[in-house]
Amino acid sequence: MPSLKKQPMSEQEGDKRIHNFDEVALGYTPEQAITEAKRCLQCAKPGCTQGCPVGIEIPAFIRCIADEDFEGAIRVIKKRNNLPAICGRVCPYENQCEKFCVLGKKGEPEGIGRLERFVADYERKKGIQIPEKAEATDKRIAIVGSGPAGLTVAADLAKLGHDVVIYEALHESGGVLIYGIPEFRLPKDVVKAEIEYVKQLGVDIQTNVVIGKTISIDELREEFDAIFIGTGAGLPHFMNIPGENLCGIYSANEFLIRTNLMRAYKFPEYDTPIKVGKRVAVIGAGNVAMDSARVALRLGAEDVRIVYRRSEKEMPARAEETAHAKEEGIKFEFLTNPIRMAGENGWVKQLECIRMKLGEPDESGRRKPIPIEGSEFALDVDTVVVAIGQKPNPLIAKMTKGLRITEKGAVWVDENGRTSIEGVFAGGDITTGAATVIEAMGAGKKAARAIHEHISR
Amino acid sequence: MYRIVAKKEVAPAVKSLTIDAPLLAKKARPGQFIIIRIGEEGERIPLTIAGLDVQQGTITTIFLEVGKTTKQLGCLNEGDAISDLAGPLGNPTEIKNYGSVVCVGGGVGVAPLYLVAKALKDAGNEVISIIGGRTKELLIFEDEMQQASDELYIATDDGSKGHHGFVTDVLQELIAKQKIDRVLAVGPTVMMRAVAKVTKNHNIKTIVSLNPIMVDGTGMCGACRVTVGGETKFTCVDGPEFDAHLVDFEELMNRQRTYITEEKVALERCGRCRH
Repeated sequence: MPSLKKQPMSEQEGDKRIHNFDEVALGYTPEQAITEAKRCLQCAKPGCTQGCPVGIEIPAFIRCIADEDFEGAIRVIKKRNNLPAICGRVCPYENQCEKFCVLGKKGEPEGIGRLERFVADYERKKGIQIPEKAEATDKRIAIVGSGPAGLTVAADLAKLGHDVVIYEALHESGGVLIYGIPEFRLPKDVVKAEIEYVKQLGVDIQTNVVIGKTISIDELREEFDAIFIGTGAGLPHFMNIPGENLCGIYSANEFLIRTNLMRAYKFPEYDTPIKVGKRVAVIGAGNVAMDSARVALRLGAEDVRIVYRRSEKEMPARAEETAHAKEEGIKFEFLTNPIRMAGENGWVKQLECIRMKLGEPDESGRRKPIPIEGSEFALDVDTVVVAIGQKPNPLIAKMTKGLRITEKGAVWVDENGRTSIEGVFAGGDITTGAATVIEAMGAGKKAARAIHEHISR
Repeated sequence: MYRIVAKKEVAPAVKSLTIDAPLLAKKARPGQFIIIRIGEEGERIPLTIAGLDVQQGTITTIFLEVGKTTKQLGCLNEGDAISDLAGPLGNPTEIKNYGSVVCVGGGVGVAPLYLVAKALKDAGNEVISIIGGRTKELLIFEDEMQQASDELYIATDDGSKGHHGFVTDVLQELIAKQKIDRVLAVGPTVMMRAVAKVTKNHNIKTIVSLNPIMVDGTGMCGACRVTVGGETKFTCVDGPEFDAHLVDFEELMNRQRTYITEEKVALERCGRCRH
């Protein structure tokens, strides 16, 4: 009988790690990985693979690890996943592969995510192998956005021999992997190494090109055989409550872009500043809210509170992220909704809130929060981060005639990632609204297949 | 890397850089802006576009050395390069034949206004320009504005050239004298607020080009949010130009002061590039 529990992964202690931006989870040793791999039952009909948005042959790579063939393991993973060190860190595996693991019925499921991370890290330390590519074709594909969707499409098409150019609006490639997810959860060196792998496949990445502004989609269509739009959900939602434009109030995007992309945590060595007071309220309870709260702690805040209008049960953040936040001393104000931000000398001082109760389920299936009359109260704050979600970035939609947009502002696509314009494909958050890295990669894989078919006709 | 092909000092502490950026030169229109980053540790800052040369593939930007980044930028020379330059960002100025248009420029705001004034004149407008500065030494683009305008007025705070006083004094006189169909103002926020106040009394449509703090410049962060007509707008994607009578200037000025302390810290570390 395999052990009921996963091999634990060592982590930086909570009280130490809140003073640095180093990675929290430290990964398996080879011995731990082998022990964990041996728990796998090697099911004949593995549910895990079906739960993987990019369809990694999970039992096959785990068997390689159990046999101490780590290089074999990474080869199996890379057949389907171009960014395994990233996925092994940020995938919500508990809702995907591991959710379908038979071991999970009686005990803890196989630690698939941790094993993926282990082999990816093993390969990165040893030197990443570049696979053989198909013979060069004469087809050219332009990819807009260098986030997880764009990188996936680029790598898959480059392996098939096509000439791929990625256009990135910012000065650094990686999209949300660089500007959004903090260093302590996804080290930038890991992201850079995986982007380097994509470049080694022959992909050309052009930064500082804002498609829709610097070059239009129509101009790209003249030069390329197909286009993929993967510009993500870059537009932050605000609460639209009074006082929201006082100083000291950030969108989570701004808070994280300053910290991650611009390295504001190293100010004044780096020029971009960020201002975090002693008391910080983060509105929202998704992964981005947890990231913001944990960044605030590391930037010196003493009291960081998550303010969420529903209860703990409805929190959209991954359980692991919430657990990490709690370990680090983040406090939670559940069933609490901000109604006004009050300031002094132009700076936010108080977050006025009302307590909520849960009513009947709404269209999202979660119980609808209802304000409790007369329960208004104020939290003293110096900094507020609004982390209540992002909308698809409207820039390209606005600048491209004939591109069909959904009611929610996303780029419309069919089941194969085709947009309303011939030869133009899209995937990731720009088509779904804010979701996960791996879902964007899954959409990228699908679009890459559709693009390959389209240009090979 | 984006190479600097020409550098000029156009006024004390005001520099002009002409930078190699062929894609941008082809695309940029009056009223748009760029975002630059000097190097690895640098911040992203928005700069205005003061000139375009499609043939040479260059754009020109003019800036006042106020903070660390602009001072560092001012220390670069012909042949040097900056690591990042993105754009053209924001929406171009709406150019139409409005009739009689007054273009009000203050400080380095005159530089981007020049392209707008020129386009307005080409579109058949009667262009009357008012440019201002603290002293005559700080006046820039006088010749260019003269060429782009049917009439040019100058105002200096110390009276060293033209009207002794503010651009708004001249604007008020003009409004009293003749029918004005539209006013465009680019310059320090206090100046734009003052212009808005004058024209509001006379119900003259007025457009201002705002200059809040920005980071990405593509609508992602919301650092540049302003209240316009009671709604929150992002200057980078919804602007930078807005109806002056609807802008909450107090809020804008408050937000512009967010990093005053940090700006001082950064500037103090910048001793090595002072000249």
